[in-house]
Amino acid sequence: MSTYYFIAEALFFAFVILTFMGAILAVRARLLMHAVLGLAVCLLGVAGLYFYLGSIFLTMMQILIYVGAICILMVFGVMVGYTPQEIAESNFKGKNRFLAVAASFTGFFLLLIPLLRATFTPALEITGDFSLPWLGETLLYRYCMAFELISVVLLAAIIGAIILATGGRES
Amino acid sequence: MLSVSSHLTTYLIIALVLFVMGIYGMVRHRSFMGMLISTELILCGASINFMAFNRFVLPDPAIGQVFTLFIMGLAAAEAAIVVSFILAVYRKYHTDDPSAVHDLRH
Repeated sequence: MSTYYFIAEALFFAFVILTFMGAILAVRARLLMHAVLGLAVCLLGVAGLYFYLGSIFLTMMQILIYVGAICILMVFGVMVGYTPQEIAESNFKGKNRFLAVAASFTGFFLLLIPLLRATFTPALEITGDFSLPWLGETLLYRYCMAFELISVVLLAAIIGAIILATGGRES
Repeated sequence: MLSVSSHLTTYLIIALVLFVMGIYGMVRHRSFMGMLISTELILCGASINFMAFNRFVLPDPAIGQVFTLFIMGLAAAEAAIVVSFILAVYRKYHTDDPSAVHDLRH
C-alpha cells in the first residue's frame, strides 16, 4: 500500500515540476517558438494536476483543447505572422525587467499571506460525484444558459477572427 | 495517510505560482504573442484554483468542472481573436511590439 502512495506522490511531484518548468520556459525563453513549446509542456503538467484533482474528463479536455488546439493555433500564428528572421531571433527587449520582478513578487506575497491564514472547511455532505453523466446533467440543466452563451461567444470569436485576419477595416 | 497531493493548500500555492509567472511574463514580454502566452498561464492558474476548491470544499464536484470548461472555452475564443489580431496588426505596422502600435495616442 505504501509503495503505491510513494509512486503516486512521486508522479504528483513530476507533474508539478513539469508545470513549473514549462511555465518558466514560457515566460523566459528567448525564442517565441520555445515559449509556445514551454506553454504546451506547462499545460500538459496542469492536465496531470487535474487528474490528481479527480477529473479524468478535464484531463482529456485540457490536452485536447489547450495542448491540441490553442498551442497549435499559436504555432500557426507564429509561423504565418512573422518572418523567419524574426522567429529565429530574440523577442526580449528586457526593458521592464525590474518592474516585472517587482509586480510578480508583490502579487505573490499579497496573495500568499491571506492564503496561508485562511481556513477552508469541507462541505458537510456531498451531493454529487465526479462521474461524466452527472457533469453532463449539470452542464445542460443547471448551467444551460451559460452553455448556450459560451457557444454564441465562440461563434462571435470565430467570425471576428475571420474578419480581422482577412482584411478588417481597410478592405 | 495524508500526503502532499491531498491538501488544498498545495494546489492553491501551485495555482498562485502559475498566476504570478503569468503576471511576470505579461509585464516582461515585448510582443503580443508572448503576452498571449502569459494570459494562458494566468487563466490556467485560475482553473487550477476552481478545480482545487471543487475537489476539497464544494458539496457538488460538477460545478467546478463546469466552470473550468467555461474557462477553457473562453480561452479558446480569446486565443483565436488575439492571433488574428496579431496578424492584422502585423500587416499594418510590420511589428509585434505593443509600444509601437500607437495610432490612438495622438
